[in-house]
Amino acid sequence: MAAYPAWDQDSARMIVAGLAHLEGATLPMLHALQDEFGYVDPQAVPLIAEALNLSRAEVHGAISFYHDFKTAPQPARTIKLCRAEACQALGCESVVAELSAKHGIAVDDHHAGDAIVETVYCLGNCALGPSALVDGELIGRVDAARIAGLCQHGRAHS
Amino acid sequence: MSANPVRIFVPIDAAALSVGAEAVAQAIASEAAARGLAVEIVRNGSRGMLWLEPMVEVETAEGRIGYGPATAKDVPALFDAGFASGGAHALRLGKTEELDWMKRQQRLTFERVGVTDPLSIADYRAHGGFKGLEKALALTGGEIVDAVKASGLRGRGGAGFPTGIKWKTVHDAKAEQKYIVCNADEGDSGTFADRMLFEGDPYLVIEGMTIAAIAVGATRGYIYLRSEYPHAHRTLQRAILKAEAAGLIGASVLGSQHAFHLEVRLGAGAYICGEETSLLESLEGKRAIVRAKPPLPALQGLFGKPTVVNNVLSFAAVPWIMDHGAQAYADYGMGRSRGTLPIQLGGNVKRGGLIELAFGITLREIIEDMGGGTLSGRPIRAVQVGGPLGAYLTAEQLDVQMDYEALASMRAMLGHGGIVVFDDSVDMAKQARFAFEFCAKESCGKCTPCRIGATRGVETMDRIIAGAEIPKNIAVLRDLSKLMTDASLCAMGGLTPMPVLSALNHFPEDFDRPPLPLAAE
Repeated sequence: MAAYPAWDQDSARMIVAGLAHLEGATLPMLHALQDEFGYVDPQAVPLIAEALNLSRAEVHGAISFYHDFKTAPQPARTIKLCRAEACQALGCESVVAELSAKHGIAVDDHHAGDAIVETVYCLGNCALGPSALVDGELIGRVDAARIAGLCQHGRAHS
Repeated sequence: MSANPVRIFVPIDAAALSVGAEAVAQAIASEAAARGLAVEIVRNGSRGMLWLEPMVEVETAEGRIGYGPATAKDVPALFDAGFASGGAHALRLGKTEELDWMKRQQRLTFERVGVTDPLSIADYRAHGGFKGLEKALALTGGEIVDAVKASGLRGRGGAGFPTGIKWKTVHDAKAEQKYIVCNADEGDSGTFADRMLFEGDPYLVIEGMTIAAIAVGATRGYIYLRSEYPHAHRTLQRAILKAEAAGLIGASVLGSQHAFHLEVRLGAGAYICGEETSLLESLEGKRAIVRAKPPLPALQGLFGKPTVVNNVLSFAAVPWIMDHGAQAYADYGMGRSRGTLPIQLGGNVKRGGLIELAFGITLREIIEDMGGGTLSGRPIRAVQVGGPLGAYLTAEQLDVQMDYEALASMRAMLGHGGIVVFDDSVDMAKQARFAFEFCAKESCGKCTPCRIGATRGVETMDRIIAGAEIPKNIAVLRDLSKLMTDASLCAMGGLTPMPVLSALNHFPEDFDRPPLPLAAE
């Protein structure tokens, strides 16, 4: 479980400067910042805008367009649960229902505690679903109990 | 023990890892150490028999013997049974190459996946790698383009546009900078071939992109990979570094005068980035808003320069074509669909996985013969082909052949070759609602039919599901679908009605619902 350092404008500036030579560097910068701090603080907007000679609106627009980028610190653990068709065919919606009814975990609800279960559409594990991605590791044939356990694990480590 | 360690293969493919391959690899390593047995554990790609994962293979004098699905707990018993020399055990599957699933296939693109060590350049070369590139280097750009045209290769991403014609346009364009862009935003549910290829044979895509660069005169390339594939990302990054270090790409491709610099770029969770113009906007660092065409990306693509944008599987088909000849490739297939198609079988199916075959096998043969029917054991009710924008077919329609035109003739599409099976517990009205919901969430928002149409579609489906004024709401649904089909700017809004209308037309009983009782106060 990655514990992220608090946002630091100076190290953010260095990360941005280190990637400014890339063509179309906005997404690589946003990913690098999120990898470092766990989210992209709104203070990054002027840094990137200045480094790439873009308007702040363009940078903010990019951050808000993509589902991945978070603009506030996130729960200790994010579990991405696939709810696309192949996993639907294998019962992912019952997993969602059971998480809520039996474990009190509402999918996509950021107030659920130190772990969050988030909807994604397709993890490329369509023959072994339902699938989830937990801290970058893919899990196949998941059920609600396993996900609830992973949520507990996230809390224990936070 | 002899000096030569036993070679044991444990897949490092994400699907295999998702059901415990890492623990199996570790158990084999520690069990072998405890027994003083010298083993070399190769982390290969998956053979595509995903229901058998983790599938361990052992190299023996008679060939590679498979065991699976194996858990870490099985490992001591496997050693006791002498699996390191191919011994009998309940999990023993026999020679991998002779398993039915493998024997039926025509693996051209996936010939090395699961066979080799994905990151070993020496292994890649030993299994025929770089032969296509070497042959391409002896040709002019025009000759390479002609060969790709003659092969009949059509874009494997879904649209099926002839690859050679796209390359010719970029080849003929005059510009100081051209680009090669690999669309690896494999966002369709039911598809995982790109991921398996990157994790199992990354140099193949690098080789295909390099051949494209030489053909059209491009010196820079990008692989736009979706962020949902962290394993593939790691493998690709390492493969590119190794390929550069070995002089395969970079300032001089295999010592030639061609330069080709290649980079992986990560998407950020937006389905629309699989649309080629959105992908280009995203690569440029912007919101991934669809561009109107023309201008074609082939003429004004990345940063306004001529750009080849192809799917992973399209690039991956090229090395084989260059090595074996355009005609040899064209000899596979049917009608105007030439060569082979990597088919991905998923959802509620007993034996799901990757199958590569010439175009022309029927859906029924794939799902029933190879897939063994549903995992739940219940009857098949619906099959979605070609991703979330593809049609739902009924169990009676499965005799259609896998071919661009055959599917189009029944208002369905092949897409990226993904097949998702549903049993009879599926509610097709809910699936139709989901198609709109997905479109509403993932629309780039540029055009009104997609942005607003999808939201209105969800509302209309909610009324139908509640049993409210069914005939009237179905009329609205059809009208809305026609508008989205005719007036959307790209395939996202334009094809969303395909799953919706196929559900409505093939499964009308699911749309004819009694009114929901009012909630008690």
